[in-house]
Amino acid sequence: MLAKLKISSILLPIALLYLALLLLIPAIAIFYEAFHQGFNVFLTSINQRDFWQATILTLIVTAITVPVNTVFGLCAAWVIGRNQFRGRTLLLSIIDLPFSISPVVAGLTIVLLYGKNGWLGDLLASLNLKILFAIPGIVLATAFVTLPFVAREVIPILEEIGEDQETAARTLGASDWQVFSRVTLPNIRWGLLYGVLLTNARAMGEFGAVSVVSGSILGKTATLPIFVEQAYKNYQAEAAFGAAAILASLGVLTLILKEILESKTKHT
Amino acid sequence: MTSSLSNLKVSLSPHQKQAKSSRFSLPWVVTISYLSFILLLPLAALITKSLTIGTGEFWRIATDPVALSAYEVTFVTALVAGLINGIMGTLIAWILVRYQFPGKKIIDAAIDIPFALPTSVAGLVLATVYSNNGWIGQLFAPMGIKIAFTRLGVFVAMLFISLPFIVRTLQPVLLELEPEIEQAAWSLGASDTQTFWKVILPPLIPPILTGTALGFSRAVGEYGSVVLVSSGIPFKDLIAPVLVFQKLEQYDYAGATVIGTVLLLVSLLLLLLINLLQQWSRRYAR
Repeated sequence: MLAKLKISSILLPIALLYLALLLLIPAIAIFYEAFHQGFNVFLTSINQRDFWQATILTLIVTAITVPVNTVFGLCAAWVIGRNQFRGRTLLLSIIDLPFSISPVVAGLTIVLLYGKNGWLGDLLASLNLKILFAIPGIVLATAFVTLPFVAREVIPILEEIGEDQETAARTLGASDWQVFSRVTLPNIRWGLLYGVLLTNARAMGEFGAVSVVSGSILGKTATLPIFVEQAYKNYQAEAAFGAAAILASLGVLTLILKEILESKTKHT
Repeated sequence: MTSSLSNLKVSLSPHQKQAKSSRFSLPWVVTISYLSFILLLPLAALITKSLTIGTGEFWRIATDPVALSAYEVTFVTALVAGLINGIMGTLIAWILVRYQFPGKKIIDAAIDIPFALPTSVAGLVLATVYSNNGWIGQLFAPMGIKIAFTRLGVFVAMLFISLPFIVRTLQPVLLELEPEIEQAAWSLGASDTQTFWKVILPPLIPPILTGTALGFSRAVGEYGSVVLVSSGIPFKDLIAPVLVFQKLEQYDYAGATVIGTVLLLVSLLLLLLINLLQQWSRRYAR
């Protein structure tokens, strides 16, 4: 009883104040800074060539990375969730690596592989292929940092549902593809969507790794998160906050979808 | 129907096992080749590059005064941020699991804000809100405390990005903790403090440490939010990931490689530590 009183009267306000200072006030400030001069100022501040180029580049990179990493995530989840083999734990840890590696280091590895002095630098130069400071490099960096999400979400579900239904379908003569599309996929769909959602959010929002490989050239290789940084550095605070508000809205949308998907996965 | 199915399954299972053991099915090929292409090949490029530098030169760059100060700013600030969030995150998780208050659902969802915001957006808004005339910074400025563009700014950014790790690690554990055990302790005459230290806290220590280590690991590698909220000046608020970036900007590939390798090794060690902590948590849970 006493403990309850202590928590609700002292600790609860402390916790809420901490959250307000660290998360809530900054989150509100993004939208305040973007819109406090009115919606028209917001529109004119972002209506510039560099912003639209950044938006298109972000969409292109996301449109490539998310499907490719989803296919990989499904394959990796099947390999790990449906097979017992030596090195299974090692494979799982390798897939998890991008979560613990600094995005800057991730970008650095790509520079050292594809850059002018890198392993493949001469080969790429002779083929006249540009990876760094271009879309391919940004896609590679984004794929690196978003690699684990889908596999991470799908593996536990695969393990939980077990193989009985799939085995049954196979004995009834279903092909591998039929087993996957009619039995496995419906079972894992919410977890898969959750993984895709996280991949998508990170792909659109990745900053560090992309910053290293893209050269952050406004109007050419800047994605939206890089546009935010560059606009801020160039004293265009309105444009920076305008783009930030758009990215933050996507973040809020992600959180809402995440809540919905979480309630779905709890039911199954 | 079901019984005939399971019979079939039994009779056909040897065939199944054979089919599954084939290592060269499509998912295997995709997994191994994609992983090698996206992850292992670039990592190999970093490691071979750092091996070509030579031990003496590697050591000289890795222990250069600017680098040493960058490690100190990175690791000490991340450690303090991790520890503070270890305490505050535990408190927040406890309140979210055990107490009902208006707006609780929104607060719970808000914990994930740092996951959902691009790091440059986080850095931009923290730099604004915590600057001398920002909403929060102006409360501290009269006391002579500058937050944005100092080491305190780095600290705030690290607090921001590491908070969800501890809360989200602890929440499921707290949900499983039964209030009955605490009531039993009280009814047996234990005081509040005794109940807290001897009944509630012990099973929570492994997940608290795991969450703190996850948050620390994330803070050590953080770049985006810190680069916007700090000034990146050596010996003041320059962190190791920003140093890697600066070296790359100056085309100092050897320097970037060395500091990057040090960061990579630290993250691998932390990953190992986190795995051990998680095993410990699981053993405790049983």
